[in-house]
Amino acid sequence: MLSLLADFIGELRAAGIPVSMSEHVDAARACEVIDLADRDGLRTALAATLVKDGGHLPAFDAAFEVFFALREPPAPAEGEAGAELSGASGAGEGPGPGAGAGGGGALSAAEIAEMIFRALRDRDAGALRQGAGEAVSRYAGLEPGRPVGGTYYLYRTLRGLELEALAERLRQSLGGEGTALGARLARDEVTARLESLRREVERVIRERLVADRGSAALAKSVRKPLPEDVEVMHATREEMAQLERALRPLSRKLAVRLARRRRRRKRGPVDLRHTVRRSLSTGGVPLDLRFKPPRPAKPEIFVVADVSGSVASFARFTLHLVHAISSQFSKVRSFVFVDGLDEVTQLFEGVEDPAEAVARINAEADVIAFDGHSDYGRALAAFHERYARDLTTRSTVLILGDGRNNYHETHAEVVADLRRRAKAVYWLNPEPAAYWNSGDSVIAHYGAHCDRVVECRTLRQLEAFVGELA
Amino acid sequence: MSLDPRAEVAERLGLGEVPPPRFASPDDVRERLAKSDYLSDAAIASTTFLADRLAKPVLVEGPAGTGKTALAKAVAEAVGARLVRLQCYEGLDESKALYEWNYRKQLLRIQAGRTESGGAEEWRALEEDIFAEEFMLTRPLLEAITAEDPVVLLIDEVDRVELETEALLLEVLSEYQVSIPELGTVRARQVPMVFLTSNNTRELSEALKRRCLYLYVGYPSIERERDIILARVPGVSGALATRIAQVVRSLRELDLKKAPSVSETLDWARTLVVLGREEIGDEEAAATLHILLKYQSDIERATTELLGGRPRA
Repeated sequence: MLSLLADFIGELRAAGIPVSMSEHVDAARACEVIDLADRDGLRTALAATLVKDGGHLPAFDAAFEVFFALREPPAPAEGEAGAELSGASGAGEGPGPGAGAGGGGALSAAEIAEMIFRALRDRDAGALRQGAGEAVSRYAGLEPGRPVGGTYYLYRTLRGLELEALAERLRQSLGGEGTALGARLARDEVTARLESLRREVERVIRERLVADRGSAALAKSVRKPLPEDVEVMHATREEMAQLERALRPLSRKLAVRLARRRRRRKRGPVDLRHTVRRSLSTGGVPLDLRFKPPRPAKPEIFVVADVSGSVASFARFTLHLVHAISSQFSKVRSFVFVDGLDEVTQLFEGVEDPAEAVARINAEADVIAFDGHSDYGRALAAFHERYARDLTTRSTVLILGDGRNNYHETHAEVVADLRRRAKAVYWLNPEPAAYWNSGDSVIAHYGAHCDRVVECRTLRQLEAFVGELA
Repeated sequence: MSLDPRAEVAERLGLGEVPPPRFASPDDVRERLAKSDYLSDAAIASTTFLADRLAKPVLVEGPAGTGKTALAKAVAEAVGARLVRLQCYEGLDESKALYEWNYRKQLLRIQAGRTESGGAEEWRALEEDIFAEEFMLTRPLLEAITAEDPVVLLIDEVDRVELETEALLLEVLSEYQVSIPELGTVRARQVPMVFLTSNNTRELSEALKRRCLYLYVGYPSIERERDIILARVPGVSGALATRIAQVVRSLRELDLKKAPSVSETLDWARTLVVLGREEIGDEEAAATLHILLKYQSDIERATTELLGGRPRA
């Protein structure tokens, strides 16, 4: 058990969850006082001792499922001690692991559909588990040894089950009521039950994959990045939703931290007048230095963001974050562009939640002048022409984008002029630094005239940068 | 493995004997909490069980109104202990959390002493005298440590204090002791159960997290929510409770500014019972939605999404 625990903690650390030595000891002690045969108990014990952040729980669960779900007994042994630990009843589980498609005692498609329908209708967990097992055998087409995480198999199984028809049958059997509310509730109930089916199928697939390839190998393929480490440009829909959720608390925390930092800087420069006056009481010797109250200069921020398809979500996150902490800046003005440029500052005015304003940008900003492909040169030139005179030595310009200019002219000289006028010009690039200047990326042309080009692939990097700014 | 953690803590505190465990198993936790009208789930029960067995504090995190504070109250009731509560806020300091010298009483003592003939000898005696426990005002943390009767310590909304103040808690949380410069170290006379709650408005320090077990309390599952309604709202029928839980689940699925919490769900259930409703139709829902949702934009959204109609003016 101890070595298994050490492996498990190794996996958690690999997934980015910080686990300290003393937490490791706590987990080992917890294992001594709980009933190890109770898998859910073990899960909560390990979660309580090892994970100290609600956002890390999904990553923990993914790792736990792989490490501890899966001591399914080899082939036909049913009801042995191992099955108890795995929490998966082997009852009626058709083909053994690794048998792949087909296998002995397979039911027909109609029988499986019927079985699952009944299980969902009657909320029969045992039958559902059995049905999911059958469905995976029939539809997933598991290929032993293939290094995948199982999403593909899940997709195939669910497609085979024809969820639409299933949902329709469920809806009818549950009987929607006349009222609008009743209908809506029935619909949500069906969705919730289908979700339970999806989870069950997922579990079965994972179990079989572990039996096939072992937990360590599989853990690597199913490892879930922590929300703050997800690459914004390549996030899946699900990850995107997760990021959106992570953003709100993140910006709140950032604002609190910055405000606190500002307050803590207690002293300004030496106040000569006051010091001399104090020195009179000590015979003209300035024993007691007096300081001016601090006047932290709040910077002015100009955000110029590319909102074309490839980097739109990154721009949305950055705008959201900057506006969420706008109290830390004396002024924030936002501009968005694709090949035309438009100011969107007014959208954020008087809105409680920056997310709302960000959502409106797409509909209301006028950013397409020609073909809707990013043209940094044209957009930056437009920004320079219209707004450069508003820049002062207190303004910081943030340009967001991947610098992929679709082979248009760069007009890098306008960035040079912006830098002359402003305090600083930063370029935030959501692409990994390794890809810069490949293909149509002309980031180096612009980078030469910026104070810094910052790689901002993840929320963590973005947060660190914005934190430095204020 | 080494010593039982409880025995270790007891030895460090010099308690003489190891106190008996409070709970026999996670199931025992569940049953006894249920008797105090708190319906736990597997995670809550087994974390509480572990907190007792490992003699460690529990950090409870989760959205507002999901029963974090109620958990500490219920545990106190279940183990027959007194609840000592420290409500955190920005600006909380030592003198409000730990202890404070009772200056007035000290002054009175000094004045009373002055009437008698004074001398260096006497002053020394007096000085020893006025820094005795008698002249100390105990605040929640010290009170929990020094209590003779069983206590459960609740440190509520710990995320509201500043990072520096957090450090005050560390000694209490890991060693169950408080150091007072004038008096020395005060050790706990028992191993208290400690709950900390946080709404996660800021990141807590690593040092604090490491000393605690972590419990995330999210919104309950639909079955558990129904049971909570049945347990806490007298006169509610099973069908109505199920219906309420369903509506609330659907509301939480929507993208709202503030999703309805469990306590708001209970308020809603009570309202419906008082109004004598047995059924929730579109009318009833529209008329009482403001109990569940606290933003006008949320109410409008829920009305259009769930009731498929125009919001009422």
